[in-house]
Amino acid sequence: MKPPLLDILTPSSLAEALSLLSEHGDEARPLAGGQSLVPLLNFRMSRPAILIDLNQIADLAYIKDAGDYIAIGAMTRERSIEDSDLVRKEAPLLQEATTQIAHLPIRNRGTIGGSLANADPAAEYPAVVLALECELVVQSVRGERRIKAAAFFEDVLTTALEPDELLTEIIVPKAPSGSSSAFVEIARRHGDFALAGIAAQITFANSAPTDVRLAVCGAGTTASRLTAAEEIIQRDGVGPEAIKAASEAAASAVDPMSDLHASADYRRRLTGVMIGQAVEKAAQRAGVIS
Amino acid sequence: MADTMPSYIGRSVVRREDNRLLKGAGTFVGDMKLEGMVHVAIVRSQQAHARINSVDLEAARNADGVVLALAGAELKDVLPPISGMQVAAPKGWRDGMDPHIDIPDQTLVPYDKLRYVGEPYALVVAGDRYMAEDAAELIEGDFDPLPPIASAEAALDAEALVHDHLPGNIAATLHAKKGEGEAALEAAPHRLKRRYYHHRYAAMPMECRGVVAEYDSRTDSITVWSSTQVVHWVRREVANALDMPEERVRVVAPDVGGGFGGKGHVYPEDILIAYLAKRLDRPVKWLEDRHEHLLNAAHSRDNLFDIEVGYDDDGRISVVKNYFLVDSGAYSPVGAAIAGNSIAHFMGPYDIPHYEADCKVMMTNRTPNAPYRGAGRPEVAFAMERSIDLIANELGLDPAEVRFRNMIQPEQMPYAVGLPYRDGVMIEYDSGDYPEALRKALDGIGGLDEFRSRQKAALAEGRYLGLGLGCYVEGTGIGPFEGATVKIDSSGKVMVATGACPQGQGHETAFAQVAADIWNVPIEDVVVTLADTSHVTMGYGTIASRSAVTASGAIKDSSDKVKEKVFAIAANVLEASESDLELRNGSVGVKGVPEMSMTLKEVARAALPGWIHQRPEGIEAGLEGTAYYEPPTVTWAYAANAAIVEIDAQTGVVKIENYVEVHDAGTLINPGIADGQVRGGLVQGIGGGLFEELFYDEHGQLMTGSFMDYLLPTASDIPPINVIHTETPSPRNSFGFKGLGEGGAIAPPVVIANAVCDALKSFGAELNSTPVRAEQILNIIDAGVAAAE
Ligand SMILES: Cc1cc2nc3c(=O)[nH]c(=O)nc-3n(C[C@H](O)[C@H](O)[C@H](O)COP(=O)(O)OP(=O)(O)OC[C@H]3O[C@@H](n4cnc5c(N)ncnc54)[C@H](O)[C@@H]3O)c2cc1C
Repeated sequence: MKPPLLDILTPSSLAEALSLLSEHGDEARPLAGGQSLVPLLNFRMSRPAILIDLNQIADLAYIKDAGDYIAIGAMTRERSIEDSDLVRKEAPLLQEATTQIAHLPIRNRGTIGGSLANADPAAEYPAVVLALECELVVQSVRGERRIKAAAFFEDVLTTALEPDELLTEIIVPKAPSGSSSAFVEIARRHGDFALAGIAAQITFANSAPTDVRLAVCGAGTTASRLTAAEEIIQRDGVGPEAIKAASEAAASAVDPMSDLHASADYRRRLTGVMIGQAVEKAAQRAGVIS
Repeated sequence: MADTMPSYIGRSVVRREDNRLLKGAGTFVGDMKLEGMVHVAIVRSQQAHARINSVDLEAARNADGVVLALAGAELKDVLPPISGMQVAAPKGWRDGMDPHIDIPDQTLVPYDKLRYVGEPYALVVAGDRYMAEDAAELIEGDFDPLPPIASAEAALDAEALVHDHLPGNIAATLHAKKGEGEAALEAAPHRLKRRYYHHRYAAMPMECRGVVAEYDSRTDSITVWSSTQVVHWVRREVANALDMPEERVRVVAPDVGGGFGGKGHVYPEDILIAYLAKRLDRPVKWLEDRHEHLLNAAHSRDNLFDIEVGYDDDGRISVVKNYFLVDSGAYSPVGAAIAGNSIAHFMGPYDIPHYEADCKVMMTNRTPNAPYRGAGRPEVAFAMERSIDLIANELGLDPAEVRFRNMIQPEQMPYAVGLPYRDGVMIEYDSGDYPEALRKALDGIGGLDEFRSRQKAALAEGRYLGLGLGCYVEGTGIGPFEGATVKIDSSGKVMVATGACPQGQGHETAFAQVAADIWNVPIEDVVVTLADTSHVTMGYGTIASRSAVTASGAIKDSSDKVKEKVFAIAANVLEASESDLELRNGSVGVKGVPEMSMTLKEVARAALPGWIHQRPEGIEAGLEGTAYYEPPTVTWAYAANAAIVEIDAQTGVVKIENYVEVHDAGTLINPGIADGQVRGGLVQGIGGGLFEELFYDEHGQLMTGSFMDYLLPTASDIPPINVIHTETPSPRNSFGFKGLGEGGAIAPPVVIANAVCDALKSFGAELNSTPVRAEQILNIIDAGVAAAE
């Protein structure tokens, strides 16, 4: 379990990284926290000739208050997001989800950019950026694009990123006042990738939901929004009947895969259960139900 | 022996090895770097069963940094296979079991066919491991796939054979009989018939295996450092394969990061690396990576039981019939030992008059099966303890009550079981109070009645609580022998060496405690050397919950030889009678006369050969003794387990609220170490009960080749554990010790299954296989709900 011979290039600026990436194209892979990429290298399942190490680029790691939104640099460690007061206050969903990623030593190295670019169907962040309707800033020598979260995830481990592009920043809209959130998931062991996880971001006005966003991870080829369930909650509120109906709608909307850890049926069912728990928790936190 | 020193036995002396281990200063095989050392990568089968036509080494031989590339064909006439019988089967056992045993030998690197995913078929030696793996990728084999035999049951009537000379794929059949099973079954008022499956999982030591070997051409001798539990076995097999005198082969296990049985026999790599070092005349290193470990280090468990139990209206069991298959994979490195354990331990702590067992050890295209902590006992504990719960359900009795009614009572001790043990001696449980252990376990979870009312109240709120019980006995301290050499040199220190090979158990400390008490010296004056064949001529090793009993026995017997001399010489010097002498705090002195004494250092000097010795006539020079302790038979440890679980009826997830094990291993040497041993075993048992599974598909492909898929429990997955030790000394050795290395791992799978079934009794839950999975539980709830509607 050793990777084949490869070169590691260590650019110290974003511009340098982008030009290296453009020069080497498909031959190269960016290296962020290495928590997903290094195991793949060791198993020789990913065989780039060159690694472009982003860890020396100091100005890709930041969490900034930018008025209506928070801007997070792609190389920001998961642990920094978990510990950020700004994130906790303005995007509590992101903070709560982060605590459920893997284990502390992994969050010390793993980055938000790496997780989103990796697009593991069971990872938490893709569901969060869908629910928060984030924008992802990507750059290449050709220029900058802003991709809506909804357009970013294409398939298992596949995103809208071109080979010469780097994800550089995540734009996280601040949660509006009156909003509440919850991230819940179930895994076989604490810290594992979710069998089903739900990111719920709900805005209430006079105890009635006005904007409901429910995104799921672990139950399909990519994270996705559960629009049928969203509509039910938005229309019928957060009473037990509505939650039950939303759970059922969510369960039938997802198309999960079977693997060693869970059958598709079980994942579907868990999706429904998690919807119920997430909506309830968010509503409780909003003080809408007790 | 004058009581001038506190006794060390029984105290939680701080482990001396922890000073280096906790500082990261231990030395494991992986830490070893020798001048000119080269590295091995092994090419392993990706197919379960295939004929080897050819293996093309050309490209690998020409790759960067490659020193040597070999396939099975190049080795077949050079290296003999490892014997299928690494463990002998004594006559008394053979007579009692009426066995037919034909365990195949294992070719180190097969040249004709591949029998499991992970089996080696070629290897590369290169300047470093990276280059070795690069070259290994270039090796191409031309194989014809053969029909895979993917399970023990399929093996029975498969046309294909794993080994051509084993018809029906049967490597061993064993039979055991006590009383008249068939007639008792006829006569029994009730019968329970069930099939149980205990799945395959394995030891996952933190340190995988690894071997370094260095050849010295000047003396034609070789040193092998292996992460093993059995240095003397490795020496025997290396010497045999390389046709060298055992004296010229030194095998050392440096610090070893866990073994749990998985390192308890000789593997092809132990021999191959030694062979390569000699052939190349340079140090050679091979480290098993985790992927290789999952594929190639021995797996364990994987037994299928068909059970029939006869019992009466009171739940008293009169007879058990136990027919089972062991899926032993492609080889069976310890022969029929696991199956033998299973047969012997089935009845556990219960007084059952009739018993019949019939076992087949099956060859399949899976990784070889060898003992893993528990070794045949978790499997039968599952079958027996599930059966008891099912009988209780049938009769509307509490499972605890049915256990009490069937248990051997303390006044029946010693209790003759009526079957031979694996050491050839008829089993006789030596001491213990089994019902008391169960009572204590029930107290430990807050009391049976208290729990039942809590359970009832919870159920009324729609919450599912369950109580799981599991009891077992364990034959420990098994022979055939252990060796120890004790020396006192002119430094006055007591030097102890034994064949025990610790893997983290704290042997350096425990044996220092034993020796300090034997010699009545401060523990700091005891120097312990382990796992090095150059210090003890013959040894056996640390497997099977045996070292506390067997190595302590050997330390005592060798000490006794040396003591005779110490007393003779001291009597000579002090001009006293030997019978007036005693050991006191590092000295020998005249009883009642404090000023008349000499230190062990002075005795050692007086014992030296040469002109100035002070030995009496007829006493040979030197204070050194070696003894081989051959235990009369095993000692019987026992335990009762109780756990409370809660089931989440929406997700099926099992949460263990509290887990209690009452464990009795006789007199404890070091209660802190004992506690750690039982706890560690429980964690592995809980892992096996809920998470760990070596999963094969129908093509014999192992689907769990990394820790992404093979789920080990982490600290967050382990419930609060309460271990309660009771100490009923064994009458079979002078210390009262019994073994405890494996015990903890035996009960959790069945305790969890029983607890889940108890929680979901209203749904008619029956879980008769492991591991217990949330998804399965949800299916049970669904089925129960559907049946109720
Ligand atoms: C034991 C374990 C458990 C885990 N459990 C979870 C879990 O429960 N949930 C979860 O979400 N994750 C989990 N992870 C993964 C972890 O969160 C990773 O850190 C994360 O998925 C990848 O982040 P990274 O910074 O390590 O990226 P890397 O591993 O360095 O890179 C991942 C991929 O993204 C690419 N990449 C990285 N950065 C960029 C960029 N800026 N632009 C373009 N491409 C880029 C890389 O080339 C690579 O293909 C786990 C990891 C481990 C080892």
